[in-house]
Amino acid sequence: MTVLDRRTVPPEQLPEACGSLVRHDHARLVVMTGTDERERDRGYGLYYTFALPSGALVTVEAHVDAAHPVFPSVTRAVPAAHWYEREVKDLLGVEPSGHPDPRRLVLHDDWPRGQHPLRKDFDGRLPVERQAHPHDAITGVRGEGVMEVPVGPIHAGIIEPGHFRFGGTGELILQLEARLFYTHRGIEKAAEGASVERVLFLAERLCGVCSLSHAVAYSQSIEALAEAKPARRALVIRSVLLELERIYNHVGDVANLCAGASLQLGAYQGGVLRERLQELSAAVTGHRYLFGVACPGGVRRDLDPEAQARLRSDLASIEAEFDSYLAALLAAESFMERLIGTGVLAHDVADELGAVGVTARASGVARDARASHPYAAYRAGMVVPAVRTEGDVRARMRVRADEVIVSFGLIRELLAELGDLPSGGLRVPLGPLAPDRIALGITESPRGENVHWVQTGARGEITRYRVRSASYNWAVVPFAVTGNLLPDFPLINKSFELCYACLDR
Amino acid sequence: MASLLWRRLGRRAATSSWPSVAVARPDGAQPVFDAARCDLNGACAQACPVGAIRVGAAFALDRARCISCSRCIEVCPTHALATGLTFADPAHTRAELMVPVGDRAIQAAADRARRVLGRSLHVRHLDAGSCNGCDWEINATTNAVHDIQRFGIDFVASPRHADVLLVTGTMTRNLEVAARRTYDAMSDPRLVVAVGACASSGSPYVPGYASGTGAASVLPVDVFVPGCPPRPEAIIQGLLLAVGRLGDAGS
Repeated sequence: MTVLDRRTVPPEQLPEACGSLVRHDHARLVVMTGTDERERDRGYGLYYTFALPSGALVTVEAHVDAAHPVFPSVTRAVPAAHWYEREVKDLLGVEPSGHPDPRRLVLHDDWPRGQHPLRKDFDGRLPVERQAHPHDAITGVRGEGVMEVPVGPIHAGIIEPGHFRFGGTGELILQLEARLFYTHRGIEKAAEGASVERVLFLAERLCGVCSLSHAVAYSQSIEALAEAKPARRALVIRSVLLELERIYNHVGDVANLCAGASLQLGAYQGGVLRERLQELSAAVTGHRYLFGVACPGGVRRDLDPEAQARLRSDLASIEAEFDSYLAALLAAESFMERLIGTGVLAHDVADELGAVGVTARASGVARDARASHPYAAYRAGMVVPAVRTEGDVRARMRVRADEVIVSFGLIRELLAELGDLPSGGLRVPLGPLAPDRIALGITESPRGENVHWVQTGARGEITRYRVRSASYNWAVVPFAVTGNLLPDFPLINKSFELCYACLDR
Repeated sequence: MASLLWRRLGRRAATSSWPSVAVARPDGAQPVFDAARCDLNGACAQACPVGAIRVGAAFALDRARCISCSRCIEVCPTHALATGLTFADPAHTRAELMVPVGDRAIQAAADRARRVLGRSLHVRHLDAGSCNGCDWEINATTNAVHDIQRFGIDFVASPRHADVLLVTGTMTRNLEVAARRTYDAMSDPRLVVAVGACASSGSPYVPGYASGTGAASVLPVDVFVPGCPPRPEAIIQGLLLAVGRLGDAGS
């Protein structure tokens, strides 16, 4: 959707303008982006985009003087802004003064001072020297009997890299600090000035396992800029396959929870179900992870009657399997005991720090972009957020299970509609993008809300591409870990199932 | 617990019959090229978003860069390109990944792995900045369907226990040091297998301040497994190819 409601304020009024939206209008920060607009004499741009309870979007915008790149931090008024402002400091060199935690976030300790990759005069294609004496920015926790356990970035399992520093007494975790962004690939920088199609293939590879959600969110932002409207058939195909993506992820996540609790039988059976779902994805779209399906203007793959029949019959059999698998897991008391009361994320923390997806819903925060910002073939009221209130590992597992069951139903409903739609017209041609405009695309990936924010320049070229993935949820994980036992961390971590790749970009 | 076990009993084995039966499915497969139909118009090279195709005096496809997006197939006016029927073979060098590639006797390699390493090949996974797709496919090699253990291969928690380092990702700046240290912690003989387009070539990301050009920029790669991501069978095949080389070295 194109961002129309833009309220420009002087930088010094940012905290009040943003704070009052949250306090009085119950708005929620969905994304914040910093831009380098010095070439256009607009200094550095800061865009805080909020969603009102009605779903309407409001952007509070400020421009910071290029000669004095400092602005008052919004974080104390809107805690959800904390990571965004640290990113702006790292990548643009614009300082949020009064930020409660101004340490580096994206750039690591060996990155030299004074270099900011998202400034327009920074050449992203050149390697940058390492700073000679990196300091350890982790603060840690001190006290009698307190010890520190460093873990990662390379972990024991087949998982992504991140560094965790646990401070605790015995097995009790008192504090967790995470250093992430190891897989930072500079995707946002690479997108600047790149063609719409080139960026699509980067968007698909932000995250291999939420690839379609990212491709659709990106496509939606481009369609808004080109004022293009995909055909109904393309929208229905998007929704069918987005639900398939949700099912294969959620089923895989339930299996991983079994692995996290050493319930090998459960892990193997769930793994076989996930494999069947990925082979089904391959059979109907040509890709096990649904790459190459969506594109700006529609979709690149049709679901012909044969594919539709395959989806119906395979999903019916997988649904029956999943039902009996889930019933067996819920009846396994020793397994459930590991999950109940473990890794509790409090409702207020999830709410204030802007958690999304399964993480938010399992802590009683009813956020689901399919309901709040219907896209593709979703209609208002079609999806009711699956909410649990306990906030523990079992609640996150049950939210996933509830959603899988709903997704099977949604696919049936959407396939029934697809059968009646005329074939062809999968992809509407795209005109040039509107110049000097901002648009965003929002999707609900298996992990939660993804926001793709695109800004165009004077000739309609992409000047800034910002991706806020659901894995921003990493910011709340340390709160759920404190007070738990160290050996439960892998289980808690798996219950959030956040992706490093789409967070790090 | 009992009901979990009960569900399993009386069902057929889930494990696939590959490699006795070939994988013949066009998912994620790279394009196949028909020289007889090609008039060197260059449309494919222009459409390729990752610069994997060059058309000068002849057509050349770099399988290490190819992400199987099929744009070249869509734009080719003479239908010289078509979707491949199975995944691309892993190879020892980047040069071997230039089209055309030869077939490899996979069962022979499997037999050799058993002979050389006594059915015990230990693998350490290292994510050097991937999208997580290859890592999920590596995980899939351990599920009951692909069951990598039937080849005598298993994953270990420490590089100190590993014979092979299985690397995914473009080799980002923030992981270079950790990657070197992981490799240094392994004892000889040790092998490195690069999995996927970005570990093989850096494609489709843009090398620079954050991304690298793949595993070979830092580590001595023994086998490249093309694909974005490669199917689980291709990853297993890459490991078996690597082990064949270990035999050549007389270890």
